[in-house]
Parts: sequence; C-alpha cells; structure tokens
Amino acid sequence: MNGAAPAVVVRDLVKRFGDFVAVNNISLEARPGEIFGFLGPNGAGKSTTIRMLCGLLRPTSGQALVAGLDVAREPERVRQNIGYMSQKFSLYNDLKVIENLRFFAGMYSVPAAELKERIDWAIDMAGLAGREQLLTGTLAAGWKQRLALGCAVLHRPPIVFLDEPTSGVDPISRRLFWELIHRMADDGVTVFVTTHYMDEAEYCNRLVLIDRGRIVASGSPLELKEKSMAGDLLLVECDQVGKALEELQGAPGVTDAAIFGNALHLVVGSADQAIPQVQEFLAARGIAVTRIEKIRPTLEDVFVSLTSLNRNEGNRDEGDKRDKGDKTVGTVTGREKGQP
Amino acid sequence: MSDSGNAIELNGLTKSFPGVRAVDGLTFAVRRGEIFGLVGPDGAGKTTTMRMLAGVLAPDQGSATVAGFDLTRDAEPAKHHISYMPQRFGLYEELTVDENIRFYADLFGVPRREREERSAELLKAAGMAEFRSRLAGKLSGGMKQKLGLVCALIHTPEVILLDEPTNGVDPVSRRDFWRILYTLLDQGVTILTTTAYLDEAERCHRVALLHEGRMLFCDTPANLKASLPGAVLSIVCADPRPVRDLLAGIEGISSAMIVGDGLHLVVRDPQRMIPELRNRIAAAGLSCDAIEQVAPSIEDLFVEAVQGGHGQDRQDARDDHGGQGHTEDREHQGGGR
Repeated sequence: MNGAAPAVVVRDLVKRFGDFVAVNNISLEARPGEIFGFLGPNGAGKSTTIRMLCGLLRPTSGQALVAGLDVAREPERVRQNIGYMSQKFSLYNDLKVIENLRFFAGMYSVPAAELKERIDWAIDMAGLAGREQLLTGTLAAGWKQRLALGCAVLHRPPIVFLDEPTSGVDPISRRLFWELIHRMADDGVTVFVTTHYMDEAEYCNRLVLIDRGRIVASGSPLELKEKSMAGDLLLVECDQVGKALEELQGAPGVTDAAIFGNALHLVVGSADQAIPQVQEFLAARGIAVTRIEKIRPTLEDVFVSLTSLNRNEGNRDEGDKRDKGDKTVGTVTGREKGQP
Repeated sequence: MSDSGNAIELNGLTKSFPGVRAVDGLTFAVRRGEIFGLVGPDGAGKTTTMRMLAGVLAPDQGSATVAGFDLTRDAEPAKHHISYMPQRFGLYEELTVDENIRFYADLFGVPRREREERSAELLKAAGMAEFRSRLAGKLSGGMKQKLGLVCALIHTPEVILLDEPTNGVDPVSRRDFWRILYTLLDQGVTILTTTAYLDEAERCHRVALLHEGRMLFCDTPANLKASLPGAVLSIVCADPRPVRDLLAGIEGISSAMIVGDGLHLVVRDPQRMIPELRNRIAAAGLSCDAIEQVAPSIEDLFVEAVQGGHGQDRQDARDDHGGQGHTEDREHQGGGR
C-alpha cells in the first residue's frame, strides 16, 4: 500500500523431505506493519515455512528474504532481525519476571546502553509494573503471554513470528494482547501469526490459507468470507438433526454438511435454488424444517470448504497414491514439531 | 433426583488446591442425550470438574451424580458407565492404530465381535479406516486425538466425558470429531465436553461458561448470544486506529476493538448508532467502507459478563493495562439515557 520495501518476500519456496514436498512453490509478500495470518490444517507446511523464514531450516529451492536478508545465505542475521513467540511462551518459570527479561535481553544481545530502557518498555507494555520480582511461574496465563511477547521483542525486531499466541488464554487477556499487537504493527512491525483459531485469524489484516504445501487462498478476513467459498452457506434448523445430516450428506447439490447444536450448515451451489430443494428433500424423508436461510460463512467454513475442495481435487488428479500423502504428512508433522 | 432425565447432575461442587479454589460451587445438570459444553479459558476449572465427574478426584464439598450414581458414595460402579478421555490420552505410540484399539477394548472387556464392528464404524467416521496398521506415534496431531476418541468409545458407555478433545486439532479434523460425537447421540449416550475454543461452544446443545471456577452462564448458544446486552457492529476500514480513537468514549458504545478488517463495537442501540457513526466518521475527515451489524460471538458475551459484572476483574483488566488508552474504558456510567 505504501512505498516501503516489503518486510518479507517469498518466491517459489520449496522444501522437500525425501520424496515428500512439505512446501510446494509458495510465493508471498508481507508489508511493514502488516499482520499476516498463516492458516492451514496440521501438517499443511505452515511450521516448515515459518522455520525457513526464521533461518532455522534451509529451503530446497526458491528464495525467502526477511528484512531484506536471504534466509539461506544469512540465517544468523535473519535471526537477529526477528522475534519468535511460541505457544508455550518459553519463559523460565523459576526465574523472576525481571530475570526472564534480562536473560532474553542477553540472548538477543540488546546493547548495554539500551538495556534499561528496553526492559522498562517491556514491563510497561506488558502491564507488569510492580510485579518485576514475582516468580514467572506464579503469573496468570495472560500476564505470562504478555511477558513472553515483551521478551521476544526486546531487541526491536522488525518482524515477529507468533505461533498460536493466545491459545487457552482468557478472552479479556486475549483482546489486550491483540491490542498490543496492533500497536506494534502501527509502529511498522510486521507480524506473522500461525493459528488454528479462527477467531485469532480475525485479528489479522491478511490471511493465507495453505494446504498440502500450497497456498489455496489469500485475502483479508472479510474478502475470504465473501469471495472465496465455492457456493453459498445455508443454516438449516429442523427436527431429527442427526438423521438430517446423514441424509443430506449425499444429497444432490449439497457439497458439505456440518452440525451445530440443533442446526446444520450446508454448503450449496446457489442458495436461491437450494433452499426449496433442501426443504423438499427433507420433507420427503419426514423431517420438518423450521428455519432455512442463507448466512455469511465464518472463517472456519471457508477454511474447511477450501481445504476439502483441494483434497478432493488432489485425489482426482493424482489418484490414490496422492491420497496416501496423509501418511507422509503425519510423519513430517512429527518432525516439524522439533523446537524451532 | 437420579431419575429426572438428567444424565449428570452437579450440586454445589467445590474443589480447592493450595492457594486456589479451582471449582467453586458448580451447579448444573446435563440432560440425557445432550451434548453439553463446559467452556472457558485455561484455569477456569474445566479439567478439575471433569476429573471429579470421572470419579478420579474427590470433591471438597457438594455432590454429583453421573448415570444415576452418586459419585461421593458409588464412584467405582459409576466408572462402568462412563468413558473419560483426559487431555492426554494414553496411546501407545509403538503400537499400531488397531493394536491400541484392541488394548482398550480388552481393558473395558468388550467382546471381540463387538469390538470389530465398533472399531470399523468409528474408524470410518474418523476418516481413519486406511490407517489401521500405522503406528500411533506416526499419526499427525489431529489423528492422534481422533484415535484417542475411538479408543475411549470402544465400549458403549452411558456418559462420555471428553476433556479438551480438539485442542491443537485443525478445523477440518475438528469437524470429523464433532460428526462422530453427533452419531453417538443416536445411540442414546450423553456427552459432556470441555473446550477453550469459545467458538466451539456453538456446536453444543447447551453450554456452561466457566470463569475462575464459577459458572457465568448456562444456556443454548443461541440464547446466550441473544442475551448480550446490545449488539455488535463491524466497521470496515483500512485505517482503524484513528476511527477507534474518535469513537471510544462516545455514549452508547461499550467497547471498541481493532480487528483485521477494521473495528468491532459493542453498542446499545445499533439502529440509532449506525447513522450517527457514519456522520461522526465523515465529520472527522476519516473514512470507512461499511458499517453493519454482525452476529455477536460467545466471546463477546464472555467479555461483557466478566468486565461488566465483577468489579474486581474489571479493575485487573484495567491495571493490567495502564497505558492502553480508552479501549477498555468501557461504559459511561454517568451517562445512561
């Protein structure tokens, strides 16, 4: 949007493990100040991509520039320019708050002249003033999370990677956390978020959905919800929901059906056509529809529809050999889980 | 009480650990044939509650019945009617999928024929039929969770207790998971599940929202969302911060939060507010692409309840966040209408 050089540029990035292509020709760009969400099923290649961007794993081919540095040529310098915060926060629970900050400042080589200012900044940002001497292990999850964020950005990295940063945290702390992230982004920091939580994804400016090593969709949360679903989404309230689900799974015109409490979500080609059809279909099977209407898909609906679409196509194109891809995905996930 | 059509009843259930009251006077009932969700963040008391209901942890006070058995007196016989899947289900990584299932079937005394039928059915529903001879250690995270579920369900219990079954599982596998749960309902079971994903609450018939050991609400997801005082407006704009700064503090807006596409506001009167917001944004020389009412989430309700209801929490949230500006400076108590 602005003229600044992109913070992250990825071109035709590939990573193979043996025969398995974990990351298959990914290209993307993230601007300074952008909050970039990276979504995908387990084993889709998210962690592999992030590990390459962090300079922890060498790409098989293609190029990735992070803060203008080539991750394959200058992994050390890349690591000095990024902050990384994992789901588990990687803080030392048996150290005091202030000791954790000093430890991470040392690790990231924060210059002595800036040390005090940076630590004070982190304490203020995390709202931990007066709590510097507490043992980190005694802090509630929300505080720990903000401390972990403070530790990860002590060295003022222009790019920050967050891995499911708010999983399990209470909603109020979560909102405060995102407020901090948006402020960092306003100051020009690029934030990469990987997550399974669709409500975390809503906080991102741009989302990239990856499946089986490829990008299958990208856009803002709103764009994805409005444009990327193949078809419309219907909400159906009826009696005998379980039976209705079973019947509708193979029904003509219904691509997908999922159950939500006493209601169903159906993916159909066009709502106008499908509404009378579904009503008739269910009535013929003795199921009474009490409500049926078109609704806006949630990010989860989009995610599921795009990844399963991709799955079916994959099967069709490449036969059942590719289907066994899952097998390999499982193994690689295991490998990906090694601490970055 | 035990034959009331409730599969699970909790009455003032309480459990403390040194320094924390993990579960504080919890009272609710789960009807037979229901999928009931215990929803809340880490530390809300979900796991402690589940462990008490599974008969593996004794309450300090209060009582609970599961499948008609009083857990304070008859915890052992109750266990034959309960299937409990803890957060870390004990799969044997060096055994195959089939061998794990066989192991649990033997443990629960499931006859061979029934085991074969049931495991075939469950594996198919889980989308795992082709992976029967795969080592459990070689499965992806989502598949491990699903195998845990298959093992826990290999016998036919009356009550199924699932502790965060979908934690770390991607949305596609999560759907498989829920599909399995709903098929089980047809067989007359009752399911109590916990989740820290507030959006997952939508998939349950009824939910109890937990916060710090206490229950905030208990109702159907639709009723819960309808009970949010006010409505949620979405403002789509490219540069949300100045818009937020402009709007925060206006009477009738109780919270304003920046999201990826713009802002989410909780407002008292959406119909009156939408034109007013347009005017104010235009008058300040700012712009927005759209303002529309969106469905509130369970999270919106949770935040309103915790911040509005309990002075203490609210104070914390604020302390917590001294330098933050006015976002959390909610409610204009003086104002009213």
